[in-house]
Amino acid sequence: MSFYKAAALSLIAGALLAAVPAQAADYAIDQKGQHAAITFRIKHLGFSWLTGRFDTFSGTFSYDEKDPSKSSVKVEIDTASVNSNHAERDKHLRSDDFLDVAKFPNATFVSTSVEPAGDGKATITGDLTLHGVTKEVKIDATFVGAGEDPWGGYRAGFTGTTKLTLADFAIKRDLGPSAKDVELILDVEGVRQ
Amino acid sequence: MRVTDSRTSYGLVTWALHWIMGLAIIGVFALGLWMVELDYYSPYYTLAPDIHRSVGMLLLFALAARFIWRVLNPKPSSEELTPLERLSSNIVHWGFYPLLAALLISGYLISTADGKPISVFGWFDVPATLTGSGQETTAGNIHWALAWTVMAVTTVHALAALKHHFWDKSHILSRMWSGPFTRN
Repeated sequence: MSFYKAAALSLIAGALLAAVPAQAADYAIDQKGQHAAITFRIKHLGFSWLTGRFDTFSGTFSYDEKDPSKSSVKVEIDTASVNSNHAERDKHLRSDDFLDVAKFPNATFVSTSVEPAGDGKATITGDLTLHGVTKEVKIDATFVGAGEDPWGGYRAGFTGTTKLTLADFAIKRDLGPSAKDVELILDVEGVRQ
Repeated sequence: MRVTDSRTSYGLVTWALHWIMGLAIIGVFALGLWMVELDYYSPYYTLAPDIHRSVGMLLLFALAARFIWRVLNPKPSSEELTPLERLSSNIVHWGFYPLLAALLISGYLISTADGKPISVFGWFDVPATLTGSGQETTAGNIHWALAWTVMAVTTVHALAALKHHFWDKSHILSRMWSGPFTRN
């Protein structure tokens, strides 16, 4: 039985029994234990994928197991923590050709709605602020797992992907026709607060 | 032809190091300004930084050699200068060493910030030493500021040499221009 089927069944059972209303639980992204990563990838000349990451970010999410549409997520990224495992490129990425981290030290994502698509999947719509530009993006999210950890806590984890067009966020540097878009991949594990 | 310096003239080593390093420093400064503006699809996009890094590393070694040579050799006299001119020239001449050392080392710290070595024209590698997250950006800001400082000091140095030559009619510029080939 899939998680969502179980959740749906328990929701129905809960409704039938007129149990307590569904409660969303708050989670903090586990930065301390590094069970979270924000990575990006962009085509290099159309020949391969270049992968990088943001080493420093924080965030919280609220996850309602019974009614995922009541979930929400908020992430704040330290743009200067960009890391593509190449010092000179990272310096360039921080410059005003790309992220302009001196002017825009943070990027944020704040969800506005969560639309469950069944089978542990959902579309998270929200506002992404990057390079000083706020734009609505849709993240395709997948529930990975949840449960008690071996150390007395309760955790839930998701993976999400979205695609951005650099020019939409006023990043004008031209990297060629096959590198207009960048894929953003968020892997997060939250510890229930 | 003298190899070493004397109280009256510059020898071959100082003369060659002065002019080769001078041209290389100005050249690599111009190359640096130019290369950061290159289009991603420019054929020089990777070549120009390779040359910039390689020449920079060779300059660092040359600077160390030159400093040792300077200390070991007598310095041609500056008696004809006024006390103020002599003080200024000492500040500029000796100031070039720490300034250039800091400029070259800051450049080295950009490229090696994540632990990778610098290849000097593919001949040999200069290994990384100090590394750290964000080091390339800090080192880069310092490198940029020092590059302009060195160019400003170089301009003062060149203008002063021309002033001594044309205004004071002194042999100060000729002494370095002709170096070991000066006829006495």
